[in-house]
Amino acid sequence: MNGKVYMDYAATTFVRPEVVLAMIPYHSISFENPSSLYSYSDGNRRAIEEAREAVADLIGASSEEIFFTGGGSEADNWALKGLAFSRAGKDKRHLITTETEHHAVLHSMEFLERMGFRVTYLPVDSEGFVSIDKLKEAIRDDTLLVSVAFANNEIGTIQDIEAIVEVCRDRGVLFHTDAVQAAAHVPIDVKSMGIDMLSMAAHKFYGPKGVGALYVKKGIRLENLIHGGGQERSRRAGTENVASIVGMGKAASLASEEMEFDSLEICKLRDRLIDGVMSIIPHARLNGPVGNRRLPNNANFSFVGIEGETLLLDLDDAGIAASTGSACASASLDPSHVLMAIGLSHEMAHGSVRLTLGRSSSDDDVSRVLEVLPSIVERRRAMSPLWDDYMARREVL
Amino acid sequence: MLYSEIVMDHFRNPRNVGEIENPDGVGEVGNAKCGDIMKIYLRIEDDVIIDVRFKTFGCASAIASSSMATEMIKGKSVREAAELTNKAVAQALDGLPPVKMHCSVLAEEAITKALNDYLGKKGRPLLPERNQNQLAHDHGNR
Repeated sequence: MNGKVYMDYAATTFVRPEVVLAMIPYHSISFENPSSLYSYSDGNRRAIEEAREAVADLIGASSEEIFFTGGGSEADNWALKGLAFSRAGKDKRHLITTETEHHAVLHSMEFLERMGFRVTYLPVDSEGFVSIDKLKEAIRDDTLLVSVAFANNEIGTIQDIEAIVEVCRDRGVLFHTDAVQAAAHVPIDVKSMGIDMLSMAAHKFYGPKGVGALYVKKGIRLENLIHGGGQERSRRAGTENVASIVGMGKAASLASEEMEFDSLEICKLRDRLIDGVMSIIPHARLNGPVGNRRLPNNANFSFVGIEGETLLLDLDDAGIAASTGSACASASLDPSHVLMAIGLSHEMAHGSVRLTLGRSSSDDDVSRVLEVLPSIVERRRAMSPLWDDYMARREVL
Repeated sequence: MLYSEIVMDHFRNPRNVGEIENPDGVGEVGNAKCGDIMKIYLRIEDDVIIDVRFKTFGCASAIASSSMATEMIKGKSVREAAELTNKAVAQALDGLPPVKMHCSVLAEEAITKALNDYLGKKGRPLLPERNQNQLAHDHGNR
């Protein structure tokens, strides 16, 4: 990575060379429109179907239950709006989700509220887990769908999906999960887990950007969001992004083979990073759970007295690419809704940094972060009135 | 890059960081909810600011605004310092992104508050201050 330490794999991964090689022919040699009738297009059509099978295999689905989309956000939008619109005018007009979902889900839900649907936003506990009892209480006779992310994109919390599905199944409610961060990183089997719909995005597991997939269990009817031609069995119009679909398929098949080993290796690095930061830097907080209930690649910290963008830019100066849930790094200026939902104070939510690891992460990368982060934190705290106040309060107590 | 070279220079190498013991004037503005707190300390002799220090919790823009504002009032008279505007601070930084302009407002505010602390102690008329609630409101809605 050119001497740089990249620790923002949750934002996007690089495209694996094997994936790039698989894609190249479909940009040039096999460029025909897969919907064309002449025989040249047969190879393209076949390549799409092979990719569909690879994606289906990754999550234990049947290939006819996989629909390619323009990414994870589109998959989330389609699952929620498509199902809601298919039931418009019927008696099921209530949906349930959590306060910590990705904006693709939250903003879709807000849109549906404007369309007259009712939505319940479940709180989470201090580690980001949904309460099964609160879910049970929230389900009503008119509840159509429950949507809970498989794993949280900011703090890495992996939900107890089987327990959530069991509640949904008992009450006859459909279940969708945004698995954009989880797919290809942790084992998922939609059949044994009882998942009705699942969203994923290729660029989170070493595939290209701009392509994703929605798993829809056979028999579930969704209203189309994108109208036009008859692609994707007349459920999602638009000429197929063949090269990217092929890339997603290749990334999925590589993940099926290598996920277990990769995750174990990345977990070791993650734990070294977390243990190191927590032991070296005083008054640091790990956001999210510990151990195997956390995504293998995710570490998220808050540091009292420092604003997250400051950390991000200082890390960038040290050659480390990271992410923050801090307000000032975005246009909204509101701190991360996820960090606020797990009960962090505003100052702690503002002072967060997310470090996410991947296939190219190394011990040296972790060492580099552990080498530079303590001095960055110390320097910025020394110029923070909030840190002074915090320490003064501690002395009083 | 979101910021100008001058902003990044003041962020990386902030001038006048620190505190002044028994300052002649001190002003703190902002709140943790918005993610910015600025505290300005003044040493004033014969109505001239002979030293100024700051401590800031906030983003790069907040730190750079504090740093630049302290540079701009150092050695100035109280009257001259009172005329410092957030626009002048932002201009000196070669501009700030629109969403970050509130940081320069905070710098102006903190200085006004510190000057008023000094003027109050001397029993002199105070400078008009912006309404903090209004500022917080503006901040949250940008």
